[in-house]
Amino acid sequence: MSKEKELIIDAKNIYKRYYIGQPNELEILHGISLKVYKGEFVAIVGASGSGKSTLMNIIGALDKPTEGEYMLDGVDIMKAKDKELSAIRNQKIGFVFQTYNLISRTSALKNVELPMLYNGVPSKERIERAKKLMAMVDMDERMHHTPDELSGGQKQRVAIARAMANDPAILLCDEPTGALDSHTGRVVMDIFHKLNEEQGKTIVFITHSPELAEECQRILTLSDGMFIGEREGKVNAPA
Amino acid sequence: MLLLENILMALSGLKANKMRSLLTMLGIIIGIASVIAINTVGNSMTSSIQSEFEEMGANNISIGVSQKSSSSETDEWGMTFNEGPHSTTMSDEDYLNDDILTDISEKWPEDIKGIMREASAGSGTVTINDDYAYVSVKGENDFGLDDAIDDDKLLSGRKFKNRDYTEARKVCIVSDYFCNNLYAGDTSAAIGQNVKVVISNKNYYFTIVGVYEYEDSEYSSTSEADTETSMYVPVDTAFDLLHKDSQYSEVTLATASGVNVDSFMEEVQDYINKRYYRNNESFEVSTFSMSSILESMTSQLTMMSLAISIIAGISLLVGGIGVMNIMLVSIQERTREIGTRKALGATNTSIRLQFIVESIVLCIVGGIIGMFLGLILGAVGSEKLGYAARASTGSIIFAIVFSMVIGVFFGYYPANKAAQMNPIDALRYE
Repeated sequence: MSKEKELIIDAKNIYKRYYIGQPNELEILHGISLKVYKGEFVAIVGASGSGKSTLMNIIGALDKPTEGEYMLDGVDIMKAKDKELSAIRNQKIGFVFQTYNLISRTSALKNVELPMLYNGVPSKERIERAKKLMAMVDMDERMHHTPDELSGGQKQRVAIARAMANDPAILLCDEPTGALDSHTGRVVMDIFHKLNEEQGKTIVFITHSPELAEECQRILTLSDGMFIGEREGKVNAPA
Repeated sequence: MLLLENILMALSGLKANKMRSLLTMLGIIIGIASVIAINTVGNSMTSSIQSEFEEMGANNISIGVSQKSSSSETDEWGMTFNEGPHSTTMSDEDYLNDDILTDISEKWPEDIKGIMREASAGSGTVTINDDYAYVSVKGENDFGLDDAIDDDKLLSGRKFKNRDYTEARKVCIVSDYFCNNLYAGDTSAAIGQNVKVVISNKNYYFTIVGVYEYEDSEYSSTSEADTETSMYVPVDTAFDLLHKDSQYSEVTLATASGVNVDSFMEEVQDYINKRYYRNNESFEVSTFSMSSILESMTSQLTMMSLAISIIAGISLLVGGIGVMNIMLVSIQERTREIGTRKALGATNTSIRLQFIVESIVLCIVGGIIGMFLGLILGAVGSEKLGYAARASTGSIIFAIVFSMVIGVFFGYYPANKAAQMNPIDALRYE
């Protein structure tokens, strides 16, 4: 990794403990440090119970570390309050979940509009951008369908379009192909590659599948709340 | 912008869960409908009664002589002695007389349209050959006569002239029934006839100058021939008959339009009592008006419909609790949605807003349905009771505002609960 590259995630000595001060106090993350640069496609792998989800919640500003330092795209997360955390999640992070988490009662297009709605984007601009994003993931013919009327792969494509809505600094993907068959999983992976290569989008990809992790530029292995390995994947960093 | 989106979202949610929404709103619908129905019926009743009373003369003030309320004294032992009225029968000086009435007419020439002076000279019989008619002889001044006989009820002849009054001439106006009995129904034949009226075995003679159309009471049980009808004479003629100067136990005063009847009534009462009845030990004058009766009736009706409305309002409370219950269930069901929204950047405030708006929309839609239902029920109810249906704008505003208040009040707790959810737990919720 070249040093002149912009640092998106800069986490140092992150600890996460639960039930603090009680007899059943639990430490999930034991001083994790993580640096992710702009344009990187990083995989974090680990067995269940290794602390992946906890780490993802912290990276995604859904949760604060108990101890440590965390700068996300130049913002100090440790000092942010609830309202600021909401704004960070809204503008800097695009979540892609294993279970899609689309809002079922509204159309696919409305789902894509939602982050922009919370960001105060005017209605006309919002719809325009949402349509463009839907076209990007090849879902422009289904934008008025509700999530119930879409297949798993289609739902995940809508979810990716939604994650890209506010052009976030980072796409945070939690097992995005975990609920998909290998073929549709492939389609979804290809979209991530495309976003990474063509738009230079920074992606942090959490998975327990070693094969998918191999496709990323850098693979970090998490075990029992600590990184135990870091190696390069098969894909090289874009020029 | 977010608010508009929230409203649209809430409406689409309402449409998606029609049955559930309807059941949730049912309490609100019934509550609002009953409150509005009761108000509409009450309102219709009040306004019908009001217009009836106005026809009867809401601008009239009755001035009557009444007994003074007994004064009481409590001695040092705590015993109460009632000092009862000294006299219960009215003597001549206790009555209202022309001097007093002239005085007040001159004191308030602008406010008083006229005073009806009436005197009853008793009941009598008129007999011509074998035919007879019963009459009650009533003295009227010109203003009173105009009130007693509408111009279109005068069938023949004329009303009294000025000199009839001033000279207390022995003229009279009789009814058409009277003519039926004595002149075979020929009203013009009666004009100019002298008739002898026998009152308590004394004979009095009058000249008929006019015939009016008698309005039979609906509930009259006597036959037409036996009906006692009024024979009007000038008021001073009646007093001559009675061998008395003018005296009235009650007169009716018509106020000019635009006069505040209630305050004027009190002013007149105070004036007469201070000036003429200060030294009278047993009697005083008291006044009352249709408008004061109307006012007390209206306020009673309003109180009654308010009381019933409050009882009906309890169902609104129950409805509101129903809304809260459903909102809590809905939030539980949509925990993941809340988590997702938070992950996408929704602040606590926007989540709270979303659910409060949803609750308000639910209540307002219920309120509007209830309002229409209530208006229909109210119209049908008023119809059945025989009043013209009259909905109040107030109750419609009330329906909308109150259902909104219910929405906010019962939506706040669930919405706040949603807003306080931890996004991580909410996202993981199965």
